[in-house]
Amino acid sequence: MVKQEKEFVNRPDNTAFTQQRLPAWQPMLSAGIIIPGFVLIGLAFIGIGVALFVTSQSIQVLEVDYTGVEQSSPCFKCSDPDVKNCVCKMEFNIDSLFKGPVFFYYGLSNYFQNYRGYGVSKDPNQLSGDLDSFKVPSDSCAPYEYVGKTPIVPCGSVANSMFNDSFKLYQIVSGAKIQVTLDGKGIAWWTDYNVKYRNPSVTPLKNAFNGTVKPTFWSKPAYELDPTDPANNGFINQDFLVWMRRAALPNFRKLYRRITEGDYAKGLPAGNYSLEIAYNYPVLSFDGRKKVVLSNVSWMGGKNEFLGIAYLVIGSMCVVMSIVMLIVYAKFKFPEEE
Amino acid sequence: MTWRSPLAVVRDALSGQRAREKDLRNLVSNLPYEGLDRAKQPNRYFPGNAIKTTKYTVLLFIPMNLFEQFHRLANIYFVGLAILNFVPVVNAFQPEVALIPICVILSLTALKDAWEDFRRYQSDRKLNNTPCFIYSRREKQFMERRWKDVRVGDFVKVVCNEIVPADLLLLHTSDPASVCHIETANLDGETNLKQRRVVPSLCISDPELEPESFNSIVVCEKPDDNLNHFKCYVEKPDKEKVGAGIESLLLRGCTVRNTDHAVGFVVYAGHETKSMLNNHGPRYKRSKLERRLNTDVIFCVILLFVMCLVGAVGHFVWLQSLPSVPPYLVPHSAGLLDSPGLSGFYMFFTLIILLQVLIPISLYVSIELVKIGQIFFITNDIDLYDEETDSSMQCKALNITEDLGQIEYIFSDKTGTLTENKMVFRRCSIMGTEYPHKENAIRLTVLDEHESEEEVIFNQRPLPPRAGWTLDPEDTNPERKQHQPGSQRKSKVSGNAQRDAAFSSPLETEVIPDRKLLQQISGAECGGWQIDPYLDFFLALAICNTVVVSMATAQRQRVNWLSHSSQRNTPLDTLSNLVKRAGSFRHIFTSWQHTPKQSRTLSEDSVIEEDHFNPPVKTEGAGDTNGLQTCSLQTPSQCDKPAATSNKLSYEAESPDEAALVYAAKAYGFTLLARTHDSVTVRLPSGQDLEFEVLDTLAFDSNRKRMSILVRHPITRECVLYTKGADYAIMELLGTPYAEHFSGSQKNIASDTQHHLDCYAKEGLRTLCITKKVVCDEAYESWSVNRQRALAAMENREELIMETAVQLETNLSLLGATGVEDRLQESVPDTIVALREAGIQVWVLTGDKPETAVNIGYACRLLEEEDLVINMSCNNKRTCTSILDCTLEEVRRYNEDPRNVDTTPDISLVIDGRTLTMALASDLQDRFVDLAKRCRSVLCCRVTPLQKSWVVKVVREKLKVMTLAVGDGANDVNMIQAADIGIGISGQEGMQAVMASDFAISHFKHLKRLLLVHGHWCHTRLANMIIYFFYKNVAYVNLLFWYQFFCGFSGTAMIDYWLMIFFNLFFTSVPPIMFGIMDKDVSAEMLMGVPELYRTGQGAGEYTFSTFWVSILDAFYQSLVCFFVPYLAYQDSDIDVFTFGTPLNTISLFTILLHLSIEIKAWTLVHWVIMLGSVALYFIVTLAYSAICVTCNPPSNPYWILQSQMADPMFYLICIITTVVALLPRYMFHVLRNSISPSPLMQARHLDRLVPSSRDQWIKEWRTFRGGGHVKRSGLSTPTSPTLDTPVDIYPQSPTASDIT
Repeated sequence: MVKQEKEFVNRPDNTAFTQQRLPAWQPMLSAGIIIPGFVLIGLAFIGIGVALFVTSQSIQVLEVDYTGVEQSSPCFKCSDPDVKNCVCKMEFNIDSLFKGPVFFYYGLSNYFQNYRGYGVSKDPNQLSGDLDSFKVPSDSCAPYEYVGKTPIVPCGSVANSMFNDSFKLYQIVSGAKIQVTLDGKGIAWWTDYNVKYRNPSVTPLKNAFNGTVKPTFWSKPAYELDPTDPANNGFINQDFLVWMRRAALPNFRKLYRRITEGDYAKGLPAGNYSLEIAYNYPVLSFDGRKKVVLSNVSWMGGKNEFLGIAYLVIGSMCVVMSIVMLIVYAKFKFPEEE
Repeated sequence: MTWRSPLAVVRDALSGQRAREKDLRNLVSNLPYEGLDRAKQPNRYFPGNAIKTTKYTVLLFIPMNLFEQFHRLANIYFVGLAILNFVPVVNAFQPEVALIPICVILSLTALKDAWEDFRRYQSDRKLNNTPCFIYSRREKQFMERRWKDVRVGDFVKVVCNEIVPADLLLLHTSDPASVCHIETANLDGETNLKQRRVVPSLCISDPELEPESFNSIVVCEKPDDNLNHFKCYVEKPDKEKVGAGIESLLLRGCTVRNTDHAVGFVVYAGHETKSMLNNHGPRYKRSKLERRLNTDVIFCVILLFVMCLVGAVGHFVWLQSLPSVPPYLVPHSAGLLDSPGLSGFYMFFTLIILLQVLIPISLYVSIELVKIGQIFFITNDIDLYDEETDSSMQCKALNITEDLGQIEYIFSDKTGTLTENKMVFRRCSIMGTEYPHKENAIRLTVLDEHESEEEVIFNQRPLPPRAGWTLDPEDTNPERKQHQPGSQRKSKVSGNAQRDAAFSSPLETEVIPDRKLLQQISGAECGGWQIDPYLDFFLALAICNTVVVSMATAQRQRVNWLSHSSQRNTPLDTLSNLVKRAGSFRHIFTSWQHTPKQSRTLSEDSVIEEDHFNPPVKTEGAGDTNGLQTCSLQTPSQCDKPAATSNKLSYEAESPDEAALVYAAKAYGFTLLARTHDSVTVRLPSGQDLEFEVLDTLAFDSNRKRMSILVRHPITRECVLYTKGADYAIMELLGTPYAEHFSGSQKNIASDTQHHLDCYAKEGLRTLCITKKVVCDEAYESWSVNRQRALAAMENREELIMETAVQLETNLSLLGATGVEDRLQESVPDTIVALREAGIQVWVLTGDKPETAVNIGYACRLLEEEDLVINMSCNNKRTCTSILDCTLEEVRRYNEDPRNVDTTPDISLVIDGRTLTMALASDLQDRFVDLAKRCRSVLCCRVTPLQKSWVVKVVREKLKVMTLAVGDGANDVNMIQAADIGIGISGQEGMQAVMASDFAISHFKHLKRLLLVHGHWCHTRLANMIIYFFYKNVAYVNLLFWYQFFCGFSGTAMIDYWLMIFFNLFFTSVPPIMFGIMDKDVSAEMLMGVPELYRTGQGAGEYTFSTFWVSILDAFYQSLVCFFVPYLAYQDSDIDVFTFGTPLNTISLFTILLHLSIEIKAWTLVHWVIMLGSVALYFIVTLAYSAICVTCNPPSNPYWILQSQMADPMFYLICIITTVVALLPRYMFHVLRNSISPSPLMQARHLDRLVPSSRDQWIKEWRTFRGGGHVKRSGLSTPTSPTLDTPVDIYPQSPTASDIT
């Protein structure tokens, strides 16, 4: 009836929503209810923890510090910043087969790639091959922007400070050195290599760099990073890409090579090895350490025992909690819960 | 416009300024100047009638709105930070990016403001373009113009049912008596008709006003906002001055009723009109929670500073510890590094920018949104809806909803708040003889208890043909009979809806005369009736009032929703509504003419129908609104013919008492037929109509507490003064006994009457004394001169008028007294008991006599039979002090009495106004408050409005408690405004209380649900929401803080800045708002059933120092977990900055949302949708953003990061364990607390899960177990301590609430 409605114009709608009577699930956090949940979570966590722990245990890691701060170290002579083009050798020994594929990392400690001023100091447009940015680099690159009036390409602190030690790995088999083939392909992110970083579409690549200078710390310009392979040269050089992806924490490792080809693809057999290092990168200015890390990987990445232990601890805690809860439940249960 | 020299313009502007500022304004007619340019207009300085309530203009919107918004400190803070970010040495983000959040907040607020302003603009435009009639000299007639064209000095014609466009001095009306009826519902909500009369001795004789001949000067005051005050005089060309007051002023916004047309002279226009000056906009109050919140925001600021300081010092130390310049330190352009000290100093500001979110930017906006939602639910509660008046709960203050959950003291008015303020005549005493009206009492009881039996009762009466409940004369359908119970009930309902206008409810209009009294009257009629006290008594009842009579045929057309919508809106809105609806009225009427009559019940609609369908002359006995009276009026002498006309009468009184008395007089045959300004027509039982010439009306005021009317008796030609008023105001003025020949002396009558009055008061009736005085002509003449002088005075007019009134009101002869019942509202006792169980102290402040008040106190269970009632009443300060001390001592002893240890001290205090004044003096204040604190209830009688607010203020300030004042009348306005929360009851006494209040309800019983349910909900919701908000920001921002320890305190964010903004703006903003609006910890039934649950909110409530800090500590813990678990999992790996940040962001999202899920007490569909939606939104937006943004936001490059992370099982494993570890302590804490020592709320929630029947059982058992509520004690309490009761004779300055209208 129309008239009826007129009479109660102000009557609120009598709906479950406006009257706050929507059907609701009202979970009660009390001991009795959570026991099964806790037991289940605890058991699941213990399971995951065991899996993680076992996996982590199966991962082999070998670290070789070659900073050369100790006088005994073969690289001691190279650690002096004044010494140029120094090469040193580190010998090490593998007891049992180092299962492949082996990943070859270099590691730096106390190196703050995440320093804010440092992270800002690059020009993404330049690195994506924009020729205009070659001529006028972004201000964010300052002070690694120009030498005199000539723009630096690639500009900025990140590129400038690129890690430039290089390594060769030899197995010493009865006195003879057999070089372990290191594979430098595919060590950077696919997206970095294919999307974010692009060389300018100028051939030869060198011409694009006309009127620019190389970063001050670099020994060679960007277009000569890997003259042998145009797909690994300039801004899409894999080592460059790896370096440009800034590490989150001050102690980090970065992938240098993978051992996926040749005789050692199955792993490094037990024996003596020699690591030949072209020692260029100064780390003493920040109390840093340099190391080489050999590691094999699993589905969970590198070796990390923490997560497995954490799962085990939390899982056991949940189980213990559920027992405590059982006691609490027995003592304090609500009568109506019976 | 012609050119004028700048000097002249300035001079003109200055003189305009002076003219507006002057205390008196001289206004002349515009007509002689019509057509001249502006500079020659005499009234050009006064603003025109066009109004502009918009705050902004289109061009200046942005600067003005920004200026407004920067009044908020928080906005300045955030803009300051954004600007700081533009300083290169300290910036943390790209400068532009940091502007985004503040811009979003500012633009959202600006949009809201713009929308509101646009709405105002629209309503202004509509109002300004409303048509009206202005006299034009050129056309020699009233021309249709727009409201905005009206200027001061114009002549405006208003026709019936039209709204007055500006404040008009009434010069002419179509009414032969020169009165104009108006309805001021738009201004104050009062729906009774008021009379305005033409300025005396002006244009009265003219049948048609000739505005061109108006050549007087109107001198009026500067405009003010007092709706009930106006002074002016009209100076005629011959220098004769005629005074005029508010009774001749038609206010802008009023509606002209029952008058064909009226012409007025515009005195104030546009923004100077009284209604516009009264339009203050919404009230702003700050809730207790918000005050606390602000201190916690300051804590957050301190926390932020500490964290930034840690960062700055850390940065300094880190730089210091470096042996030389590492390659990752970037020198500034000059190739040099800043010194560590300077870097540390800069870093402090960088970190402030980075961690700014610690001060929750969106908190204030969110709180506003939450309150809007809460108000939506409160106003939509159907349990707070009143069908009778079709009004739902109204919230006028938008930001104190949560205060409703923390009330500790309630101050309540009595009349109209606890009682219905529907006055029913119960008994009277005439010349010292009591007439108990037993039959009437029986009728009332029956009506009261068995509303459904109404029909039976009425049907038993000999009904006149067709004077039943139905209106349609042709309706003889037998089915109709079966509908009767329902329709009859409805008729009562709709009758009540109309109660302001037409008291059509039989309960109030009908009085069964006392048989003995009837005999007396008929006896008196046989004798010389002129000097019979009985006849005089009833004549006084009928005459001495301000009741307006409106004939049924002239009944106004009003539809309920109109008056109610007007209560809700500001006057401005109302006006526009009215304008809008004026059109729809027409539509309704025309459409009704075409629809066939349906069986319609007796209601106001039928009245409208009657107006439009029936010829004005009605057939006798055809029932109408007051058809009922026919049956009840059993006066034998009453002949049928006049009865029919008198039936059409409808009385409209400003105070319900007056109407009750007029109806009582009518029951005895003294029918008030008509009232104009200078005449009153009364029909006597004999059928004879007497027209009294009204010489003067001495209106009621709260100082005199009485009103008088001076009439010329049509037969004796004597000047008779009838006075009615409060007994104590009258008794001291008694003079000569009634009549010399009357047996028994005046003294006896006075004492007998006083005795009856006391009895009435003990019964809880409201009493009035009726007196008569014959004034001799000479005395009248001399008095009249004074009176006229007083009326025309510009200065001290009120005082002079009062003085003249007091001069006349002496030597009165007592006729008798009346007792009028004001019945308790529905479920008032239950409500009071529940409120008290909820830990709220209820005080009742009333203007009534102590006896009446105590009686009502018992009736509404404010006082219990076994209470110890302390009655304080004393005459001087010294006794007052000693009494106070004694009582305090006694109460302390009583409390310490071992017998009373485990029971609540049921002490009640009754105090009267005069004692209260002394007790509230600064030196006794503390003692009084101490005493009152120990009393369970306090009853203050005979208090003035000012005292009411004083009491509230003292209690509020001394005890530092949350107070709530509830009242319905103008006398409660002060109290309502003084309390933390003011609640107005939209009842009988107009709308002043409602206008002044923060919340308006229609019945006292709604207070229970409003406080216990909505107050509790709003408080817990908002408190938890705010705590959660702080937690959320701290938990999230601390992630960034912990990262500083691993990035050389360099202000690096490992989360893309856009994602950080989105995180706060989109991903985690809606769930807490929803939580604040919709969470429901305990069901409404439970809260209503166990009022004790309300106590959880009192005092600090849920939001305390400890809850705040516990949640901050929890936030610290959770952020530590959220940061360090991933840190430990990823350390020594080749993870990069943003790949590390993404799981952190995800973990925080889960932790923050799951934390909320632990807090959410009831999950409805909305909760699920919003929570899952937030998670989905996070993933969708982040994935999309990561897929699109290749180089868009340097230095961060989140390209494909989340995608690659989501392909990694470690990501999920880390997310799961971190979330679990972060939330485990809180979860366990909740579980253990709920299991080991559950809070009352928790227990209530458990009970909530039971099926209703067993739940009720549990509630009962639980309550007896808890000992809450009313554990009765017996034999311990002593009644009133007699020593403290000092008799009081006179109360010079305390009014009765009944008298203040």
